[in-house]
Amino acid sequence: MIYLQLFLSFLIVGLFSIGGGYAAMPIIQSEIVAKHGWLTVEEFSHLVTIAEMTPGPIVVNGATFVGNRIAGIPGAIIATLGSIFPALIIVSLLAYLYYRYKTLDTMNSILSSLRPVVIALIASAGLGILLNLLFGQKAQTIENLNWIGLVLFGAAFFAMRKLKWNPVLVMFLCGGLYLGIHLLLGSV
Amino acid sequence: METESKTKSQRSKLWTLFINMLYISTFTFGGGFVIVNFMRKAFVERLGWIDEDEMLDLIALAQSSPGAIAVNASILVGQRVAGFAGMAVSVLGTILPPMIILTIISFFYEAFATNKYVNLMLKGMQAGVAALILDVVFDLTINLSKRQRPVHVFMLAAAFVATFLFNVNVVFIILTAALIGVFLNLWDRKLVLLI
Repeated sequence: MIYLQLFLSFLIVGLFSIGGGYAAMPIIQSEIVAKHGWLTVEEFSHLVTIAEMTPGPIVVNGATFVGNRIAGIPGAIIATLGSIFPALIIVSLLAYLYYRYKTLDTMNSILSSLRPVVIALIASAGLGILLNLLFGQKAQTIENLNWIGLVLFGAAFFAMRKLKWNPVLVMFLCGGLYLGIHLLLGSV
Repeated sequence: METESKTKSQRSKLWTLFINMLYISTFTFGGGFVIVNFMRKAFVERLGWIDEDEMLDLIALAQSSPGAIAVNASILVGQRVAGFAGMAVSVLGTILPPMIILTIISFFYEAFATNKYVNLMLKGMQAGVAALILDVVFDLTINLSKRQRPVHVFMLAAAFVATFLFNVNVVFIILTAALIGVFLNLWDRKLVLLI
């Protein structure tokens, strides 16, 4: 019974979180915290922090976390399946339509108009992460600027763009260097 | 003999797909758009399985469907590369790492979330993530401005302002862009008729 409830709740979360990531938060909160009381508000805030700190989509992270706490590993698996179930069906359907009508004139025009918008969305996500690194939650003034972060960002950009280094390697180097510099400066 | 080598190459393709998704999903911090960039690097640039325009279309589909962008993109890429089996393998590769990591973390999550060394490390990694995304954006914008009409470059700028400065809902932006596409198409046809 609890498995069915978990499956249905995360099915709703998966179905209504359009636009990814942060769109899912309010729905997880209303389904999991408010409706079922599976997490307290504080546990929910931990979930958000953890989801931000670990790889993977927040919906999958949330399903695994909640499922585990409510009904162990089977719970985690069932909740995760529930959360991706709507996407499996809807995305497959859209893919079918896309490949079927791709060559159509109107469809082509729509797709050409969507491509620049997708680039803009990606750019916006990237700048959002950069601003969060540079200023965190503080006001965006020069006194609050995280200089170490800025220099690391510049170096990482150069390493990827000009030197063509592996992005995963660059990411871990950034993490290690950032921690190392703070340890050296004794500001930990 | 031939069918045997065919199933063999299909199997190795599925394996490559699975390993790539597993790798991407394990090392991608920071949400859907980050993972989509890694997928582009792997499947467009390195493996050459999907061309750039098609990848952008798939990202648009992933973004406008319900659910996590990473899972949606993984469904689309898997299906494109190897049909239904590809989709299953690809999704499995995408959700396994976060499931395993979250299961482990949920046992001692408070210690993890408040550890300052972990926090500093993750903070620094944001520099790499932001650099990766903007690197990809540079490539995409250069390619786009080479072969698209000026109105599309303008749309890129407008969409950026709308989402970044004014926080306009992404679904709304995508629907507007689709509508503009329809109008552009009508406009082009009318011009043809007039001439």
